[in-house]
Amino acid sequence: MTHAEQNENIPSGDNRLLGEDVKMREIGKLERFLGPDNYRILKGLVKTPASRIGFVLVTFFALIAIFAPLIIAPVPPNDGYKIPRDGFKNDPQPPGKIWKKNTPEIPFWYKKITGKDQWVHLMGTSEGQYDIFYGVVWGTRTAFKTGLVVTVATFVIGVVYGSISAYYGGIVDNLMMRVLDVLMILPSTLAALIFAAVLTPKIGKSVLPVMIALIAFGWMGYARIIRGDILSIKERDYIMAAKVSGVKNGRILFKHIIPNAIFPTLVLASMGIGDVVLSFAALSFLGIGTETGYADWGQLLSFARNWISSLGTYWYIVVFPGLTLVFYVLGWNLIGDAMRDVLDPRMRGKA
Amino acid sequence: MTTYIIRRLLLVPVLLVGVTILIFGMMQMLSPVERTALYLKDFPKNDKQIEGLIKRYGFDKPVYVQYWNWLMGVKNPVSGQREGGILHGDFGYSRSSSMPVGELISRRFPNTLDLTLWAMVPMISVGIWLGVQAAVHQNGWIDQSLRVFSIVGTSFPTFVFGLLVLMVFYAKLQWLPPGRLSSWAQGVVDSTQWRTYINILTIDSLLNRRFDIFWDALKHMILPIVTLSYINWAGFLRVTRSSMLETLRQDYVTTARAKGLSERDVIFGHARPNALLPVITMAGFSIVGLLGGVVITESVFNYPGIGSAAARAATSLDIVTMLGFAIFNGLILIVANLVVDIVYAFIDPRVRLS
Repeated sequence: MTHAEQNENIPSGDNRLLGEDVKMREIGKLERFLGPDNYRILKGLVKTPASRIGFVLVTFFALIAIFAPLIIAPVPPNDGYKIPRDGFKNDPQPPGKIWKKNTPEIPFWYKKITGKDQWVHLMGTSEGQYDIFYGVVWGTRTAFKTGLVVTVATFVIGVVYGSISAYYGGIVDNLMMRVLDVLMILPSTLAALIFAAVLTPKIGKSVLPVMIALIAFGWMGYARIIRGDILSIKERDYIMAAKVSGVKNGRILFKHIIPNAIFPTLVLASMGIGDVVLSFAALSFLGIGTETGYADWGQLLSFARNWISSLGTYWYIVVFPGLTLVFYVLGWNLIGDAMRDVLDPRMRGKA
Repeated sequence: MTTYIIRRLLLVPVLLVGVTILIFGMMQMLSPVERTALYLKDFPKNDKQIEGLIKRYGFDKPVYVQYWNWLMGVKNPVSGQREGGILHGDFGYSRSSSMPVGELISRRFPNTLDLTLWAMVPMISVGIWLGVQAAVHQNGWIDQSLRVFSIVGTSFPTFVFGLLVLMVFYAKLQWLPPGRLSSWAQGVVDSTQWRTYINILTIDSLLNRRFDIFWDALKHMILPIVTLSYINWAGFLRVTRSSMLETLRQDYVTTARAKGLSERDVIFGHARPNALLPVITMAGFSIVGLLGGVVITESVFNYPGIGSAAARAATSLDIVTMLGFAIFNGLILIVANLVVDIVYAFIDPRVRLS
């Protein structure tokens, strides 16, 4: 038995009756608040080096997203999500080229870091002279916006659906699970691609059709997982006790079952953010969704599709937005990977 | 096991009806004029014609009648012939590709199958090999670096990875081109001396004894294969590793070791076969997933399979074509999932004997 396990097995809380030879483990406020299982998960997350790197990456991107207007200001009359164009020439221009038209204001950090008095295209321009640096910075906002909205929405839908299904059981459960089976037949990228294409003529080109499509075909996984967890919690004695004492169904579900079952699903949702951003970028890479010139990494990358044979020269139209996307997703995945380890039931008591 | 298989079979009609209703529902979001592509090559021109067509194809009827028509087709009042009907394999007309959707699929699908079959080989074999290595050297440097490798792999979007390998191996080094065939090879394939056997290019070229064309076709597939493999290795690695670790902890492995078997025999002879059970299921599902999920890979490499056709239809908002693909994919996936589940039932003694 390792030291950590021994620690884990020491009874906690008020143990005066057990006598003085039993050593008590200090229990902090946070642990009391979260409960032992959830606290263990949280602790495991902060401890591993991989997840720390993940947190650093995600925080870094979050700061970029928050301070985007300070890093590079929008060029009026455009709103921030529209990438300014330096002219209309077709061929991409390399990094370091002087920015002539539609130049944003010079921010405070610019001279200190680059030592130059006027804007250059720090990462070059893409086809149609869209500034890549601008797109990368403001695309961070798009990534957070889409990732968070889609994840929260799919999570809520999944949890509500899964809880209802699990709690009522029997034929309701069976029917609801068959609907899930149907929705899960098509690979989610393909299904979202189709649905977004159907929606685009109805609501116009924007981030909306893709987000709606990703929500529509993204919640099923959460529903399955929370259903499983609820099914096991439903059988526990304290639920039976609540039933016997006459607590109403809805109250049992929302006050007693869901709070105890939700944590693993919540953690999975945070792992899902990276995937959502990947799918979103993939769809806009294929040309579905945002209008041309919207600050969005997938779209920046889609410009590269017309220059494949000359990517040797125009490497910067792939490398900068591509690696940004990779590091963003990597950040979320590192956190997610640590969560997977902590959540693995075989790892219980080892964190 | 019989009950398991019967229950699994009973699910099939449910899924079939479900998927058709799902796609029919999306179809309902189109205007009747757009839906005429289900039956006609050209858009109707004037209001009167539109009205006639709406009547003729029953777009004014109740939804369930429309659903039935969509499945079974409509009788042409003049010629008495059946028009449309997805159950007859008639998915409508693809205006973005100027040919019937069914024909588009039958032209493109063999290419996708070709790519998928070839991609499976390195994907599964290397994925399992890596997973076993990681498990055997648990927590050693091999395991740690494979862990990094797999996390980076899952974080790489298919298209970014694809663009990067294209940049290096095509644009810089000029080794491996995108597309399907070089133009000289395409010329041979289109000529009369070429015999088509099963339409899968690598196999047909072998049967035609044209090894140069076989190599050319394979050369065009190397980058997509590498991309698909790299993206999928992480999953195989993870599943193999954890399953292998669990197996290595079991008593019979200890017994094998106690009997004095070499570590090699213990790992490859005793542990690995049992550890591969969950990997087999995963392999089945990922083949299935590949068939439907090659949309992005095919688009990046300009590979003429159904995935890239679907992407093109989506970009030009050719919904009838897209939904045709969706139905086709749905049918394939339902059957393929069924096969995987049943095969698994035969392999896994826990299911077989229950």
